[in-house]
Amino acid sequence: MTSLLTCKEFLADLNDYLDECCGTEVRLKLEKHVTECPNCWVVCDTTKKTLKVYKGMEPQEVPEPLKSRLMAALEQKMAADKGKKQAPKQKSGDSSQESGGCGQRVPPAGHSPLK
Amino acid sequence: MTQTTPAEVFDETALVERAKSGDTGAFTELVSRYERKIYRLAKHITQNDEDAEDVLQEAFMKAYSHLDGFQLQSKFYTWLVRIAVNEALMKLRKRKSSKEVSLDEPTDTGEEQVVREIAVWEDDPEKTYSRDELRGILDSAVESLKPAFRTVFVLRDVEELSTEETAEALNISIPAVKSRLLRARLQLREKLSRFFKRKGDDVFAYM
Repeated sequence: MTSLLTCKEFLADLNDYLDECCGTEVRLKLEKHVTECPNCWVVCDTTKKTLKVYKGMEPQEVPEPLKSRLMAALEQKMAADKGKKQAPKQKSGDSSQESGGCGQRVPPAGHSPLK
Repeated sequence: MTQTTPAEVFDETALVERAKSGDTGAFTELVSRYERKIYRLAKHITQNDEDAEDVLQEAFMKAYSHLDGFQLQSKFYTWLVRIAVNEALMKLRKRKSSKEVSLDEPTDTGEEQVVREIAVWEDDPEKTYSRDELRGILDSAVESLKPAFRTVFVLRDVEELSTEETAEALNISIPAVKSRLLRARLQLREKLSRFFKRKGDDVFAYM
């Protein structure tokens, strides 16, 4: 009764299978295929291992000189902002000029990262 | 999705709240928490040390400037990643402004999804190499991917954003994230097989 998957169909659903985000029926079909098809078993197992090695790789430390530059730039900005806040309140155009668009309404206007 | 425990979420929300209310120490703590990941992301996307350094700095400077606009119901890290991705993509575009590299999805020639290497890998392939060797192997494999695939892979499988978060950060559809991710994973698997396959196993053409 269960229709057999072809290897191509299995590959198309490989991500959902690896990410465990397919429904029970689809998962059972994929499991059946992977246990019966040695080649797809290898592809599945090695892709799983690919993800495991990448996820297991800790990010490297940021080089010290770069860290210092970043902190110095931030401290300068923080000090400047503090100075602004302490100065008598005056209307600042800052909030209306958020051209960087870093609020949560991303992606920023006029910027289309990847089509 | 990034695995975060409830305690970490609470801790981070409190930290972000403090940073929003002007506690510069709290923001500095957020920087130390995420600088390594943002730097890695920047390096992976730009493939250029100088650009990655600029991206790291710009991303945190922008995050600081726009902290007022950040809504606490979102994850700070996801928001920060979006800023960093935008900065990194701008750098990439500038550097590759000629036609040599396109950020659009490459034309599907049908070849990229073909699986050629069917070799069983070692059980723990990462243990066959030293940390530095392994890092070199993994980085150069990612580097060889086309930018459209590389970026999706880095966000989904290295930074562990969800499919939805990746789609939003890159301004592409969810099906596009899924199809690019599949191609990226299969291509990486193919490239890494050379290093990780079990000694003595044959490699043969398939499909």
